[in-house]
Amino acid sequence: MDNNAIINTTDNSNWRELKSKLFLGIVILLSCITISPILLILYELISKGIKQINPDFFFKVAPDTLQAMTAVRNGEILPGGIANGISGTLLMVALAALIAIPVSIVIGIFLYENQGKKYANLIRTLTDILQGVPSVVLGLISYIWIVQGVTKGFSALAGSVALAIMMLPLIIRSTEETMKMLPISIKEAAAALGVPYHKIILKVMIPSGFSGLMTGILLSISRVIGETAPLMLTTLGSTAINLNIKKPTSAVPLQIWEFYNNPNMIDLVWSSSLFLLGFVLTLNIIAKRISLRYN
Amino acid sequence: MIAYGKDKSAVRDVTADIKRNAITAIMGPSGCGKSTLLRAINRMHELYPNIRTEGEIELNGESIYKMSTTKLRRKIGMVFQRPNPFPTMSIYENVIAGYDLNGSKLKKDQKDAIVESSLHDVGLFDEVKDSLNKKGNFLSGGQQQRLCIARALAFKPEVILMDEPTSALDPLSTAKIEDLLVELKNQYTIILVTHNMSQAARISDNAMFMYLGELVEYDKTKKMFTNPSDSRTEGYLTGKFG
Repeated sequence: MDNNAIINTTDNSNWRELKSKLFLGIVILLSCITISPILLILYELISKGIKQINPDFFFKVAPDTLQAMTAVRNGEILPGGIANGISGTLLMVALAALIAIPVSIVIGIFLYENQGKKYANLIRTLTDILQGVPSVVLGLISYIWIVQGVTKGFSALAGSVALAIMMLPLIIRSTEETMKMLPISIKEAAAALGVPYHKIILKVMIPSGFSGLMTGILLSISRVIGETAPLMLTTLGSTAINLNIKKPTSAVPLQIWEFYNNPNMIDLVWSSSLFLLGFVLTLNIIAKRISLRYN
Repeated sequence: MIAYGKDKSAVRDVTADIKRNAITAIMGPSGCGKSTLLRAINRMHELYPNIRTEGEIELNGESIYKMSTTKLRRKIGMVFQRPNPFPTMSIYENVIAGYDLNGSKLKKDQKDAIVESSLHDVGLFDEVKDSLNKKGNFLSGGQQQRLCIARALAFKPEVILMDEPTSALDPLSTAKIEDLLVELKNQYTIILVTHNMSQAARISDNAMFMYLGELVEYDKTKKMFTNPSDSRTEGYLTGKFG
C-alpha cells in the first residue's frame, strides 16, 4: 500500500464490489417477485381456460345447468359461451363512455384553463375524492337514482351510469394533464389569428391533444370493464342477449360470478376470466402505443 | 401602461407613431418590456388573467379596443419567437388556418390561390409545393418560421408583429428571414422585437430603445446607432450593459 497516496483505492474495494453485487441481486429478486403474479395469473388462466375458447364461446349464450351437467358427466367441454355477457359489457361500457367522455373533457379543460383558481381547485379535490369512492357505493347510488327512479327495475342504463361515474375522475385528470403538456405556443398561434376561444379549444387544442385524450379514455374503459359489484346492484344479469338499455343485462364479470356459483360451470370461469384479461391487456397495449406515438 | 397582477407597471409612458411600410425595431435588454408592449398591440395579453392596461392604441386612427379581437388580429398579424405551426395540420391547412378556424367558407380555388401567394411571398412555395398535404414537422426551423409568416400573411394584414422571430434559428435561416422582412415591408408595416442589436441595425428603418419599461428613445435607426440622444441608449449600443 502506498502511504503517500491521497486517495487509497485498494482499501475495502472487495467489500464494496460485494455490496454492489448483493444489491443488484436483491433488485433482480424483487423485480421477479413483482412480475411473477401477472405471469402466474396468465399461466393459470390459459392452462385452465383455453380449452373452452372456440367460436361458440363468443357467439352463443351461457348454457343452462342441465346442459352443463350433461357435458360435465360425459367429460365434454361445456356448450355455449358468453355472448350475452360480451354484448352486455360492450353495450354498457359504450353507453358509460358516451355519458362520461363529453362531461369529463369539458371539466378537464375547465381545470386546465383555471389553474390556481379556488373553484377549479375545489373541483379537482372533489374529483380526487370521487376517484376514491368504492365502486359498490356507486352501484348503490345508481340503484337509487336509476333503478328506482328512472327505469323502475334493473337495467343496463343503471349499470352504465355507475360505470360512467367511475370513469369521470380518470378522464378529467388525464384531460387536464394532456392539456398541460401541449405547448402554449399553439394556443397563442391560434389566438393571433383571431380565432375565438371556443374554436381554439375545439379545433386546435383538442385535436393537438387527441392521442393523450384517447389514452386516458382507453385506460378508464379498461379500468371499469372488469367492475362487478356496481353491476350486481344495477343490471342484475340476463341469460339472453339484451340490447335494450331499460332491461336487465348480463356482463362478463357478472357471468364470472354466476359461473363461480355453479359447480358445473367452473370451466367457464377460467375462459371468461381469460377473455376479460385479454381484453383489458389489449386496451392497455393500444393506449401505450398511442401515448408512445404522441410523445 | 401595462401591468401584471398587483405589480407596478411593466411598461409605462410609451407614446410613438409607427410608420407605415417600414420596419420598426424594438430593442432593449431582457425584461425591459419590449415583448409586453408588442403583445399589447394585438391584445394578445388578454389571453392571460390579471393583466391591466391603461392608455390607447390606434390603428389608422381607430382605437384597437373598440374592434373585436377577431377583426383586430386579421389586421395585425403576429409571428412568434419559436416557429409554432399547428402540429395536427398539413402545410396547406396551416397557411389557410386563419380562414378555416374562423369558419369562413372559401371555395377550393380561392384557398389554393391564397396558399400559393402566401407561400410565394415567404419564398417557401418552390420548396414545399410537392408536399403541401404533409404535416409541417419535417421542415427545418427556418422553413417552419417562414410557414408561420405565410400563415400570418394569408389574411393580408396591415401590420405584422414579430417577437424575436429569428432567435431560435441558425444564422443561415436568420439571414433568409431578414431578407424576407426587407422585401415584405413594401406591402406591410412590420414591428420587430429583437435583442439582437446588429439585426436592428441591418434591417430596421426606425428603432425604439426600451429600458426598465420606459421608451427611452425612438428615432431613425441610422441616427440612433450613430448619434443616440440618450446616454442610456449609447450605453446599451456600445455594450456597457444589457
